Amino acid sequence: MQQKTYDVVIIGGGPAGYTAALYCVRAGFVTLLLEKFSAGGQMIQTQQIDNYPGFFEGIDGFTLGDNMKKCAERFGATTVQQEVISVDLKSKIKTIKTASEQYFAKAVILATGAEHRKLGLENEDELSGRGVSYCASCDGMFYKNKTVAVVGGGNTAAAEALVLSRVCNKVYLIHRKSTMRATKIYYEQLSKSENVVFKWNCEVKKLISDNKLKEIKIVNNKTNESENLQVDGLFISVGMIPTTNLYKGQINSDEWGYVIADETTKTNIPGVFAVGDLRTKPLRQIVTATADGAVAAHYVEKYLTTTFKDK
Amino acid sequence: MSVVIINKDNFENEIMNSEKTVLLDFWAGWCGPCKMISPIIDEIAKEHPEIKVAKINVDEQPEIAKSFDIMNIPSLFVLKNGEITNRSAGVKSKAQIEEMLK
Repeated sequence: MQQKTYDVVIIGGGPAGYTAALYCVRAGFVTLLLEKFSAGGQMIQTQQIDNYPGFFEGIDGFTLGDNMKKCAERFGATTVQQEVISVDLKSKIKTIKTASEQYFAKAVILATGAEHRKLGLENEDELSGRGVSYCASCDGMFYKNKTVAVVGGGNTAAAEALVLSRVCNKVYLIHRKSTMRATKIYYEQLSKSENVVFKWNCEVKKLISDNKLKEIKIVNNKTNESENLQVDGLFISVGMIPTTNLYKGQINSDEWGYVIADETTKTNIPGVFAVGDLRTKPLRQIVTATADGAVAAHYVEKYLTTTFKDK
Repeated sequence: MSVVIINKDNFENEIMNSEKTVLLDFWAGWCGPCKMISPIIDEIAKEHPEIKVAKINVDEQPEIAKSFDIMNIPSLFVLKNGEITNRSAGVKSKAQIEEMLK
């Protein structure tokens, strides 16, 4: 039996992936999107999104993701909920394998986004669920009236610390630099919160536990002084790493692992495009991810009409 | 098999006295990552009739959540004959969850 070849297979169902699907399917291409979880990607973790235009009262990330999926499916894009385990991108007809199936495509759009970076401490994984968390909006309520620490200096860390300052007795904010990278709107609110204690130039070096997390050891990287803080929870918010393991050895990436692609979203392999947070770009936001999706569809169209013009 | 919804009244019978291995999912409606893995949990319930898949809403059943010492959601537990044999916190892929069940 000859297997079906899709015009476009998209790996990843966040805002970039589903916008690419919407534009590809509206351009008349047979489009398949593979996603291992529910639609939405990192957006799902955000309860209130206020910087995606068109929703004047904001919208929650799960709903926005689901809406984007429905938009693409309305015009005939197909979603299959499977985890991709390997890809062959170099051939003219590309192969994408999941645990149970394999799919063939003329063009592939990589949209697997990024995931939480870990601190890389010895017992970090073991204590996940026992005091270590990567999502304050999910787990904050389990730390009501307790003492917690947030590690990180970006917008996410600031937002996490703010959420926690409203439910916890005390929130330490630990950052390895002397100023936060977070935008002013966050920082100002944080510095006004009386129960937030800043620990500048400090790094978490050790997690001390007795079945659950009990203490963390922090070291000041300027003075080398160390200090143990008694905390019930540690919220780790030290940035993201691109999810690009699948493509290693095929797709060129930069020293941080981001797939090298410019505003055209073209990668080093003809017919393979990279959209959203996994691509080298100056700003990683939902709007820039969706923009990538539309641009990729444009270049997919150009690629398919020139490369497969006889069919 | 369909997913069993757990409350105070059926907990003992459905979970602690289950003859089958139990996969227990602690979740809440406002938790994005819980919603993320929810379709996987449903799929495992469909594909593994030998497993009992159950969900507990931590808002509605705070006592049960407390007795399991839940500090993160989603939290998944595997129980055999009423004993916890495996646990995990945070988002897990289908393959990782199936590995927990082995």
